Amino acid sequence: MKYVDEFRDGELARGIAARIAAELRPDRRYSFMEFCGGHTHAISRYGVADLLPPALRMIHGPGCPVCVLPIGRIDQAIGLALDRGAIVCTYGDTLRVPASPAAGPQASRGQGESLSLMKAKARGADIRMVYSAADALAIARAHPQREVVFFAIGFETTTPPTALVIEQAAREGLANFSVLCCHVLTPSAITHILESAEVRELGTVPIDGFIGPAHVSIVIGSAPYEHFAEEYRKPVVIAGFEPLDVMQAILMLVRQVNAGRCEVENQFTRAVTRAGNLAAQAAVARVFELRERFEWRGLGEVPYSALRIRAEYARLDAERRFGLDYRLVPDHKQCECGAILRGVKRPTDCKLFATVCTPEHPMGSCMVSSEGACAAHYSYGRWRDFPVRVEASAA
Amino acid sequence: MCLALPARVVAVKDGALATVDLGGVRKEVSVALVPEAVVGDYVIVHVGHAIGILDADEAQRTLALFAEIAAVADAAVADPPRMPA
Repeated sequence: MKYVDEFRDGELARGIAARIAAELRPDRRYSFMEFCGGHTHAISRYGVADLLPPALRMIHGPGCPVCVLPIGRIDQAIGLALDRGAIVCTYGDTLRVPASPAAGPQASRGQGESLSLMKAKARGADIRMVYSAADALAIARAHPQREVVFFAIGFETTTPPTALVIEQAAREGLANFSVLCCHVLTPSAITHILESAEVRELGTVPIDGFIGPAHVSIVIGSAPYEHFAEEYRKPVVIAGFEPLDVMQAILMLVRQVNAGRCEVENQFTRAVTRAGNLAAQAAVARVFELRERFEWRGLGEVPYSALRIRAEYARLDAERRFGLDYRLVPDHKQCECGAILRGVKRPTDCKLFATVCTPEHPMGSCMVSSEGACAAHYSYGRWRDFPVRVEASAA
Repeated sequence: MCLALPARVVAVKDGALATVDLGGVRKEVSVALVPEAVVGDYVIVHVGHAIGILDADEAQRTLALFAEIAAVADAAVADPPRMPA
């Protein structure tokens, strides 16, 4: 495909890797965090990690909206479908995220199997996977007798389409449609990684710079990272999601570190401008406002890190419409997702990794989406964990 | 989750909709967020909505830069710097 294949060329990748290796200063190590799951996936899937010199480490950040979606929010969506009889529409990514155990006699003994939207569907809940927010609206039009809730998750990339359907539903006066809004914001999460209380508790790894989001930045532009780079003295390079984009961004970060610069640079110039997509930002501003706090799975409560629906669209807000309360649900005791999302631990440091927690049966959030650090390592990196032994045949 | 792909606009229709071609697959998407998109543009499509327009000149510049970086690296390998005599 045009504008995709050219950015995956292996020969060029090796050339850029040689350039990165040549420019590293021998007296130091380099640690960069790629915030986005899209970058984590590219680094793992295309073997970028293997092209990088040993003195350079990529830390996988929390930028996967599926991974940071807390159990309590999935429980709300499942409750709407199972207990309130609503049709719950959602993107395919959220279907397998583990939630609380089912209510009932089993649960009271603490033996209940964890539900997910998929498992709730198997129990009769009307859960529908949609490709676009507009599909959820179409389902609401087709079922005027039923409550239809769009369970909306995602970063700034995914928020503008949700804003458009809310406006459209208001225009049409659709009485049976509402949105359970779980949209979260990127810049506040990046900041949180560096300064939250949990950082003191869990410790943190030195991060020399960040690879900034690709598609989020198409919408919000590169300007929102400028304050961050200046305040925290960390270079940020916004990069596209193709492997060559990521490698060039790493080279740009190495050059900033070597020169002692802490700037926002844009590698993804073919799609990202400083101001971003103003039409999309305007749609979001018309419909949403900041939430004071929102729980991120693995990061805890992050102030001003999410959006809620404005009061003028209260009828379309599932939280108000159904009087939903948010209940915090702790993760599995042995799950290390919180430390992994901050780069303090690696997937292999978790006892559950690849034993009881696998992409088919995820326990923690990092294993759910293919963009999560654990799922990426499970699918593309595990061979590195075992020494290769060549044994002579006995015959 | 933020997966998005560049697709070519082949027709713009009423209601802020457009038909796009993605490697031979045609699909209808919303262009409400990129009202300036015209036929021939490559738009970046995410969850059924075009969220941005791809700048073809910038894409070429980035590709040229990759080639330049890789060529410098090749030259360095083929002709390692020597100590001054």
